[in-house]
Parts: sequence; C-alpha cells; structure tokens
Amino acid sequence: MTTAEMEQVEPKEGSESLAVYFTLGALIAVVFMKSEVVSWFRIQEMFRFQAIHMYGVIGSAVAVGALSIALMKRFGVRTIRGGEIDFPARAAARPQKHHIVGGTIFGLGWGLVGACPGPLFALIGSGLPVMVVALLSAVAGAWAYGLLRPSLPH
Amino acid sequence: MPEAVMQPWPWYVAGPLIGLMVPFVYWYGGKKWGVSSTLQHLCAATAPGSIEYFRYDWWKKGAWHLAMASGMVLGGLIGGRILARPDDVVAISGATRSDLASLGITDFTGMVPSDVFALQQILTVPGLVIIVLGGFLVGFGARYANGCTSGHAISGLANLQASSLVAVIGFFVGGLISAHVLLPLILG
Repeated sequence: MTTAEMEQVEPKEGSESLAVYFTLGALIAVVFMKSEVVSWFRIQEMFRFQAIHMYGVIGSAVAVGALSIALMKRFGVRTIRGGEIDFPARAAARPQKHHIVGGTIFGLGWGLVGACPGPLFALIGSGLPVMVVALLSAVAGAWAYGLLRPSLPH
Repeated sequence: MPEAVMQPWPWYVAGPLIGLMVPFVYWYGGKKWGVSSTLQHLCAATAPGSIEYFRYDWWKKGAWHLAMASGMVLGGLIGGRILARPDDVVAISGATRSDLASLGITDFTGMVPSDVFALQQILTVPGLVIIVLGGFLVGFGARYANGCTSGHAISGLANLQASSLVAVIGFFVGGLISAHVLLPLILG
C-alpha cells in the first residue's frame, strides 16, 4: 500500500463530515420540537416556576452530559480519529463580568422571544416565517456585540 | 407512526437525548457543543467589515455549526409538522395559562401564541419588543456571555464550569425580569 493510499484509509483530523453534523442538528431539533422546549409557552412557565418540565429537560440533560464527560475523562476516551479531547479547563473558566452581564442580557431576550438560538432554527423549520425575523434580529445582536466588544466590560 | 412518538415527549426522554449531544460532539469532533457561535459565523460570513471579532476563517471554524443549524431547520419541519398535529396544544400548567390569558394571550395552539408571533404583528409595540428586541438581546447576550443554553446551561454545566453557572444565573435574572416585569408592561 502506498503512502497516498494509507492517507485515504485513515481520515485526518478535521476531515469530519458535515453531513453528520447536519443529521445531528436534525435529530436534536426533533427532540426540541417534541419536548416543546422551543415553545414560548414553556419558557414563560419556566420563568414562573409553574412546572417541572423545563427544569427536568435541562437538569437531566446536564446530568447525562456530566456523567458522560466524567467517564470520558476517567477512561481517557479519544476522538473517533484518535485525537485527544480538549475539555475546557476549569481554571480557565473562571467567572468573569461578561458571563453575568452577557448572561443577563441573553436572559432578557430569552424571556421575551421565548427561544434560544437552537430553537429559533427549529421553529423556522416548523413553518413560522415570523421566526426568521427573530433570527435576523439575533444575528444583528451578535453583530452589534462584535462592533461594541472592544468597549464593553469583560 | 406510533402514538408515543406523535404525543409530546416527556422531559425524562428529551433531556437525556439532549445531554448525549455533549459526549457525541466531543467524541466525533473533539468540540464543545454549542449553538450560538453560529450567529457569529453568520456575521463573519456576510458582514465582517473591519470588526476584529468577525475576522477569521469562518468556514474552517464554523462549517460544523452552520451544518448543524441547517439540520435544525429540517428537524423543526419533521418534529413540528410530520410528527405533530396542527391543532396540538402545549400542555402548560393551568396557572401559566391563566397568567398568560390575563396578559391578553388568547390563542394557545401551536408552539407560540399567534396573538404576538405573526408577521403582521412585527410593527406593533409588542411585536417589536418581543420578536425584534427579544431576538436582538438573545444574539447580543449569547455572544457577550460566550454561550447560550446549549454552550453554558448544558455543555458548560456538564463540565462543572463555574463560569457557566454564573452565565446561567444571568439567564435567569434576565428571564425573570422579562417574564415578570417587561411582558406585563408590554402586553398588559
């Protein structure tokens, strides 16, 4: 086998398939829709503490995610291509001003529009053209942040 | 389609499925799962100007985010149209329903109230504040905090990051203000 053939057999780091991410996005958005976490009604219910639903979804998602990460770290799991996984270091993730200020601004928006970025995409697909306006506004918000970033406290 | 699939899925089914995104994306791509970076990539791709925050190779860094977001649009169609019925009503608690009714919400069918979320509402005060300003703050705040519900509340908390906990506290401070102060002001 020539070197060129070997390279074809073993995919290099960074050659992951966009089709996989597309499929993953489609699957998770089905979950978003069917569990109603995309619903403005559910978000209002959550911020009124009137049902367990959203807390159950987020809480069990965190529990499964945390258990998975702990196991992956414990057993030194590598990526599908054999690369080392670069989990964010906890020391580097010390809370800073931008977490609380940015988080609060995000929350103000979440409580109004009732959807965070993932659900915005799902809601558009579900046939709500008005959510294109919300998404464009979110892109404009990200752009405005980029513009003002140098003068904002972080 | 089995009836259990057509019915709303309970939190203890949906939550763990969402949580599995975190290890899967680490395993498949060595990446932290998050959605709001997509907004930054969209800016970088369309209107970077001379803004440093948008001057990077958005395709190299963001193609996977953009592919996933595109998939989410398809998933919304499947989950919202094919695996659902048009007259589905989100079974929120009676207390929430009566709170929202007292704010003038009359249509409880679908995922969002058509009283507010309709194209012809965009130029009314509630439409502008809830849809346009709400969307703007979601995008601005998510990038300012460097993450949204997926990146901080799920991926970050799953990695036990204090910064994500602080961001999530911020999400709730803001959300409580919107739900209890701003919405009654706008809709009431």
